[in-house]
Amino acid sequence: MSVAIRATGISKRYRLGRRERYGSLRESLTRFFSNPFAASKAPPPEEIWALKDVAFEIQERQAVGLIGRNGAGKSTLLKVLSRITEPSTGEVVIHGRVGSLLEVGTGFHPELSGRDNIFLNGALLGMKRQEIRRKFDEIVAFAEIEKFLDTPVKHYSSGMYMRLAFAVAAHLEPEILLVDEVLAVGDAAFQRKCLGKMEDVAHSGRTVVFVSHNMGAVNSLCSRAIWVDKGQVREEGPAQQIVSRYLESVREGFEIGNAKPDDKLIFERVLLKNRAGEVTTSFRGDEEILVEIHYTARQKIPKPHFIVAVMGPYGELFTAAMTFDDLAPDAIEGAGVIGCRFKPFLLLPATYTIVIAARGADGVSNLTASRYDAAFFSVGGLMSEYGFPAPGADAQVANVNALVVPYQWEMPDGSVRAPRLRSS
Amino acid sequence: MSPTDDATLTDAQILEQVQSRPPLSVTVIRPSRGWVPINLRELWHYRELLFFLTWRDLKVRYKQTALGALWAIIQPVLTMAVFSLFFGRLAKVPSDGIPYPLFALSGLIPWQLFAYALTQSSNSIVANKNLVSKVYFPRLIVPLAAVLSGLVDFSIAFVVLLVMFVIYGFIPSPALVMIPLAIILTIFSALAVGLWLSALNVRYRDVQYTIPFLTQFWMFLTPIAYPASLIPAQFRMVYGLNPMAGVVECFRWGLFGQRAGSLSLIGLSSFMVLLAFFGGLAYFRRVEKTFADLA
Repeated sequence: MSVAIRATGISKRYRLGRRERYGSLRESLTRFFSNPFAASKAPPPEEIWALKDVAFEIQERQAVGLIGRNGAGKSTLLKVLSRITEPSTGEVVIHGRVGSLLEVGTGFHPELSGRDNIFLNGALLGMKRQEIRRKFDEIVAFAEIEKFLDTPVKHYSSGMYMRLAFAVAAHLEPEILLVDEVLAVGDAAFQRKCLGKMEDVAHSGRTVVFVSHNMGAVNSLCSRAIWVDKGQVREEGPAQQIVSRYLESVREGFEIGNAKPDDKLIFERVLLKNRAGEVTTSFRGDEEILVEIHYTARQKIPKPHFIVAVMGPYGELFTAAMTFDDLAPDAIEGAGVIGCRFKPFLLLPATYTIVIAARGADGVSNLTASRYDAAFFSVGGLMSEYGFPAPGADAQVANVNALVVPYQWEMPDGSVRAPRLRSS
Repeated sequence: MSPTDDATLTDAQILEQVQSRPPLSVTVIRPSRGWVPINLRELWHYRELLFFLTWRDLKVRYKQTALGALWAIIQPVLTMAVFSLFFGRLAKVPSDGIPYPLFALSGLIPWQLFAYALTQSSNSIVANKNLVSKVYFPRLIVPLAAVLSGLVDFSIAFVVLLVMFVIYGFIPSPALVMIPLAIILTIFSALAVGLWLSALNVRYRDVQYTIPFLTQFWMFLTPIAYPASLIPAQFRMVYGLNPMAGVVECFRWGLFGQRAGSLSLIGLSSFMVLLAFFGGLAYFRRVEKTFADLA
């Protein structure tokens, strides 16, 4: 077997302070929405290394999962491999045509019909017109949009949109396929279909590099996995083994640790616990979430103001801030734990991120840098289980900021209708 | 081979396929330093994307407009009417003996191609940032497609110009062969400016605010409402530094025959066009690697 991708000494440096943006839209939104309490953030470091001296080899016809927590550098690595961004140092040698599926629906134009978008998107992904024409019917059938082929995609439901986007990309036939989190789209049935398609691709003798937070998918699709942590390859090996090692590390809590030398406080790690007190990263939408921050205070800190916020896919959902409630402990010193127990009424199925910050007695100065991706957790289940029975609800939930509060509709005839929301 | 077939292949069959297939292309990714040469082969490989992006711009442009492609006619014709009234009738601006409306329109049509191409290409990278930051393809395709999509409006407007010729009983001279040259020059000057501005716009969004101002200002430095012959001879060389001065002059040459002094003007402007174009190309290539991070 020969090598499909060989990376040596790949580093990627981003300079902060200039307008360089990195990561996905979600990450930048996270940053944007969390700005309010980052107001007094200490000046950011001059530059950060999103990747540092990464080296690996991927054999031909292998399906490899890239795993690691948010901000570990997986997406940057994929961007380097797909030539979207240049590495700062190092070299990658790739044998074969590369197709990348970095964000489903990239390049779709809302005003154009489904038919037009298939051609446009195909061309973007590097397909020839003939090739697209040959696969056209297959793509349409896979996406299940026959009736809406000539409708502008802006009128599509988000589920249809995602199906079409995935269908085009999935019919690409490169020797090497780079995939970033596409399976997080659509309703459960379509996700299964996508997963099936990916399996076909992975088992058809093509090389696949697959980034996902869905460990089940990595396990079932990939034979090997590379665990990226803090911009470096932490471990690589058989997928099953690496995935379980990774999950173990998460179960022990989200390690943070790295503080600047003059920080008064160090965030050591964050644990998420359910009502039973078990450490976990998957919750039900109506469940209690205890966020435990393990810290070390390097000196006696009077009145430290802690802030914990939960971000949904599209920004901040709710916050507990001692700068608002004025409930700061009198003083802390040495190692300790502070917990924040949230009891959200209802969180819809999605992945959520925890933001933590700590301010001094004045409530303004930062004790250490705020962490915008301190931990993450996922809420599982189907929408119908939470009291939203409409068909397509599962597809739509990907596009909303998913905190639900009790509500009722007051009808034109004066009657009142309320959803039967499930809440424990 | 389709993926569904592959799934049912035995290992032996896959091995056979692997052994019998042509050698794989090899791509080497490493940081680039300094000036980056233009990869014409790759551009050629992506020609269909150029086609599709141009086609997308065209298809989307007049969507949900009541008048559609009529806008391509309305804009130059109305401007011509306003110019004819204020500059031609009231200010009595000379027009080299050509009926003023015809004179103005013959300047406006290449100008609008230029202004459109310039505006579109300057905004193109930022407008397509979702593509640039998500998919790899030669970045040059983006401003190129923006410029090319302007040609359709131009063609429509050109027909109007020909109709005007008939109305005024003008017979185009054999110099008509100059017109393709004028069009090529227009495209190159728009692309030259577009390459510079699209790349700069990624880093400094100020650029997009200067564009409306720039095009307006530039229009008055170009012989559209007035003939180039109005410029005193000693300033003609300085005037020719404006690439569009020569382009419009070249266009009018093609329609009305040669005017005095236009050859040197066209020569100088063409030189400026090429200078700006290759400069823009080099700058674009040099900074395009930062587009995905900045856009």
